[in-house]
Amino acid sequence: MTAATTSRPAAALSPRLTTATTTRVLRQLRHDHRTVAMLLVLPSALLGLLYLIWSDVPADPGQPERFDRIGLSMLGVFPFVVMFLVTSIGMLRERTSGTLERLLTTPLSRPALLLGYGAAFGLAAAVQALVTVTVAVTAYDLDVAGPLVLVVLIAVVDAILGVALGLLASAFARSEFQAVQFMPVVVLPQFFLCGLLVPREQLPGWLQAVSDVLPLTYAVEALREVGAAAEPTGTMWGDVGVVAGAALLALGLAAATLRRRTS
Amino acid sequence: MDAAVTVTDLVVHRGDHPVLRQVSCQVPPGQVTGLLGPSGSGKSTLLRAVVGVQQVRSGSVTVLGRAAGSAALRSRVGYVTQAPSVYTDLTVRENARYFAALYGRGAAAADAAIADVGLSEAAGQLVEDLSGGQRGRASLACALVGEPDLLVLDEPTVGLDPVLRVELWSRFHALAAAGKTLVVSSHVMDEAARCDRLLLLREGRLLSDSTPAELRARTGTQDLEEAFLSLVRAAAGQQVTA
Repeated sequence: MTAATTSRPAAALSPRLTTATTTRVLRQLRHDHRTVAMLLVLPSALLGLLYLIWSDVPADPGQPERFDRIGLSMLGVFPFVVMFLVTSIGMLRERTSGTLERLLTTPLSRPALLLGYGAAFGLAAAVQALVTVTVAVTAYDLDVAGPLVLVVLIAVVDAILGVALGLLASAFARSEFQAVQFMPVVVLPQFFLCGLLVPREQLPGWLQAVSDVLPLTYAVEALREVGAAAEPTGTMWGDVGVVAGAALLALGLAAATLRRRTS
Repeated sequence: MDAAVTVTDLVVHRGDHPVLRQVSCQVPPGQVTGLLGPSGSGKSTLLRAVVGVQQVRSGSVTVLGRAAGSAALRSRVGYVTQAPSVYTDLTVRENARYFAALYGRGAAAADAAIADVGLSEAAGQLVEDLSGGQRGRASLACALVGEPDLLVLDEPTVGLDPVLRVELWSRFHALAAAGKTLVVSSHVMDEAARCDRLLLLREGRLLSDSTPAELRARTGTQDLEEAFLSLVRAAAGQQVTA
């Protein structure tokens, strides 16, 4: 078996193969002009709608403007939701088109495939966040006390969380119909409980406990910290760490549920 | 010489339904082995077991001296599924370059593989804009690009015009002459004559494992389709008498 020693056994997480996969996913995105346009424009447009909703409502005394609080939080929610949807459908397409089965026979490892997806949509999310943050602070007068680059960073980590959960959810979906319905299941409870609708302290105790283990809670808290303090706080970095950890955990679970052998 | 693929007592079920029933066979290296049988006979399932993506109930599949699907094999085995499995929202060239990268090859190898399947002119086109036959060839190019030692092709010539089919078969034989092993499934009997060796599968059982010449001699007919039918009749007769 001399040939076996000459062939390069692929490392579990080859940077080369991960990059190739990221490039491929971005190329697919690039051919889909409408999706690119929607990715870039929709969050800004929806944020504009929120801005208009509150434009005539006076702020509660002693409280920040409602739009400053909610609009900023939405900068973390949008990329999470959008990337969850895009990746769960994208991965399902890999599955149904037979390309996933084919990839599993190549040297590309499952973690490298998933990480390649995460990096591609993380990059897309970075561009999306740059556009949305720029529009928000210029056109909608969004007030952020801390550095805007941190807002973009948190948005990207949120997007990667969305990607990771989307990849995981796609393992449990057999059709596009099912995949789309995972979105409200995964996203809405996190949105309801993250403290945006009702401050977390006012939630019933057990719901507060549920809220404590949902990653979006930490994403929204991190954004609130950036919004309120000029310097990055320890709480904020802790929150970002929790969201990133949750994303890694979901990616690991997604890799574990991705079966090489199927019936 | 050691067999490139050794299948031993392979049993595969889909649900409660047996798809492969105790199949044993060997694929010699450096040859084109045809896997023939009617649709539903288990051809695709056997090929999936060889590339290591099929759940098997019992039995074993050894490929190039290792268990099928093991990590070390993945750079040495190329697989083309029956339905073209390429990214329809990428161009032919982008597809070939991606798979080239996965096998550690460069852009030149991708272009060569595209030329090998006669798609150079369409290299810049999106796969979704191609005809069915062209898509199949794009899919084939993405396996050729890795220059695998074992090439597993599930009905690669479906929907191709006769000229192209002949070209592809001569390409397969050139690869075999260069020492590569090919397993090609087909339900078209006129392709059987082009194979060095034939495995005939029917209802999950192996009916015959021989060269085309041996098959003709054994059944006393020059026509391989006729030979296959006489094997089927003999097998059915055995089932009745048993």
